[in-house]
Amino acid sequence: MDLEIAADHATFRAVVRELAQGTALPLAAEVDREHRFPEEAIRAASEAGLMGVLIPGEFGGAGLDALAFAICIEELAQACASTSVIVDVHNSVGSEPILLFGTEQQKRKWLPQLASGELLGAFALTESASGSDAASLKTSARRIGGGYVLNGTKVFITNIGRAGLYVVFARSGPQEKAAGVSAFLVPSDAPGVRVGQLFKKMGLHGSPTGELVLEDVEVPAENRLAAEGEGFTVAMRALDSGRIGISGQALGIAQAAVDESRALLAQRGREQGEDFLLAEMATRLESARLLAYHAAWLCSLGRPFTREASMAKLHCTDTAMQLALDAVQLAGDEGTITGSPFERHVRDAKALQIYEGSNQVQRIVIARHMLS
Amino acid sequence: MDFEFSEEQVAIRDTIRELVRDRVAPRAAEIDEKAEYPKDIEKLFAENGILGIPFPEEYGGISGSSVTICMGIEEIAKACASSSLILAVQALGAYPILVAGSEEQKKRLCPPLASGEQVSAYALSETGSGSDAAAMKTRATRHGDEYVLNGTKQFITGGSVAGTLVVFAQTGSESDHHGISAFVLEREKSPWQASKLEHKLGIRGSPTAQLVFEDVKVPVANRLGDEGAGFKIALAVLDRSRPGIGAQALGIAEGAFDYALQYVKERHQFGQPISSFQGIQWMLADIGTQIEAARHLVYRAATKVDTKAPDLTKIAAMAKLFASDMAMKVTTDCVQLLGGYGYISDYPVERMMRDAKITQIYEGTNQIQRVVIARALLR
Repeated sequence: MDLEIAADHATFRAVVRELAQGTALPLAAEVDREHRFPEEAIRAASEAGLMGVLIPGEFGGAGLDALAFAICIEELAQACASTSVIVDVHNSVGSEPILLFGTEQQKRKWLPQLASGELLGAFALTESASGSDAASLKTSARRIGGGYVLNGTKVFITNIGRAGLYVVFARSGPQEKAAGVSAFLVPSDAPGVRVGQLFKKMGLHGSPTGELVLEDVEVPAENRLAAEGEGFTVAMRALDSGRIGISGQALGIAQAAVDESRALLAQRGREQGEDFLLAEMATRLESARLLAYHAAWLCSLGRPFTREASMAKLHCTDTAMQLALDAVQLAGDEGTITGSPFERHVRDAKALQIYEGSNQVQRIVIARHMLS
Repeated sequence: MDFEFSEEQVAIRDTIRELVRDRVAPRAAEIDEKAEYPKDIEKLFAENGILGIPFPEEYGGISGSSVTICMGIEEIAKACASSSLILAVQALGAYPILVAGSEEQKKRLCPPLASGEQVSAYALSETGSGSDAAAMKTRATRHGDEYVLNGTKQFITGGSVAGTLVVFAQTGSESDHHGISAFVLEREKSPWQASKLEHKLGIRGSPTAQLVFEDVKVPVANRLGDEGAGFKIALAVLDRSRPGIGAQALGIAEGAFDYALQYVKERHQFGQPISSFQGIQWMLADIGTQIEAARHLVYRAATKVDTKAPDLTKIAAMAKLFASDMAMKVTTDCVQLLGGYGYISDYPVERMMRDAKITQIYEGTNQIQRVVIARALLR
């Protein structure tokens, strides 16, 4: 048993940390205020190889494991949650499905562009009437000739408008629910692909979220990911490891909340009650961190990790939310002023309890594993 | 990183698991009801090497690793928290000798404990000195080659049944933490009296004694470290023993949850198992997640004991705080999952809930843990 981060992961953390603190952190407040894409941070992440963390070297990526990925997102989120979610979605649900389910040809075609950051990835599963119940999605993929024609509207798509490639889930057959779903790689410049409404959000202002509209989009059969009807499996597997990324994101926000609270308390007179709250925050953060790393470790070894990833996502994101609120409480009035990192963490953290499977869905996943 | 036990540890765990299933679990309700020290379980643990886990092989033991100690405590506590204290307190009494003893002291004092011939205990608290350990009044006065001890110690787990007792007493002119020294009392040479056994909410099979020292003579050779080093030793020991209390809390919570999970699958209401109701499922998910989170923190602290990590104090306090608060919450929820049956003594979960409470209090209350953690954070 060795529950410390090994030297190579620690070195990688230091590299990401330097980038995050040097490039993403100085932009965080502005990105939030102006609702603008953190261009400079994403460019720096691309140059540092952080857009291909999980992609093997032969396809131009860094070839690192799930634990390195969690650490990467954690460090980015500590500096700027918007930057972290852009990088997270790109690396995990935006690229990993190709890595896991793609043909050799698909990997050669897409992974190098994704790994370099030339192409930003995105994941289009959710629809207005199908959130937690993803298998009931309505977007259609009609088989015509040698390919498919896609029609439908996807909502809450992270990296909307910025992404060059969307992993889209659509109904390709008459089978009900999950059995009729297939996954497709849809380039953003394919005719009929357009950005619908852009959503204004409570937090994560630097990360664009919106509708992906698909109108008679022709997709060649070679762009179908995995077999027909296997799309739901692709989505669920992508979300399993996606949850490790979200856990990392939550840890980063929570760490920022703890660090800023500690700095605040260290420079002013304080009462024992405040010390106690800080102690509880730091303790809860430590308990969450190992849960995330455990899920990542299992994933890295190729062992089952669905239950652990759901537990990590649930506990880490609930922790981030609670700690962000606690930090505002410690900061007092100052913490509530627009532009202060304290209030931003609260707004950013809330999304984490909802996306990539709401925490209510995580509980269902966990309970199902316990009762089966 | 490696989240798994070694093969050797797994072998030890499997042995303990089997003994617990066959011999400890069937006794747990009775031990609680009669509030009797389970001498038979002590003997069982001694015969199977379990009481030797806190000691390295060179001193007659089988491990000395905190991870292994925690693993053992956790396994026993799943069935019987009182019995798990036999191992936990054996470790608590071992640490002062292992941390501060001379080679001669270790070679002389450890083997009777490591073999299980004797159990140990640790006497720090007094009626007027709980969280404020430095305020202790027990005094050791030196006369030539020996000290003479006078005073009363309070809430000493296993103090009435121990053969070896680590006692902290004032030796300096001022009664403050600079004047505290640590001594090892061997019962045959330095007999002490248990003046009272407490009646308690939980861990009723673990004797909690008030110990009286009236002119008890202890050889100078049994002082651990220098005169005045006692407070530092006490704190170093608590850093090492707190993960064990975390492990105990973890085991209690797991024992309650294992029972409740089985129960909700079998209990039918409205024509279906109550585990089919989402409200119940969410409780199960939250309980399972909290247990896993605590587990990692407990073993992280244990590995820090074994590697002598510089942030041990903070992480050990976090592990104790988080795991014990978790156990209280989880056992309370498990009583809830069993409904009326959870509240009655025919089922084990109410005992587990009563047992969980002490883990928030002893080896430093959870309020003291917060003080320790905040101090480490704001240093």
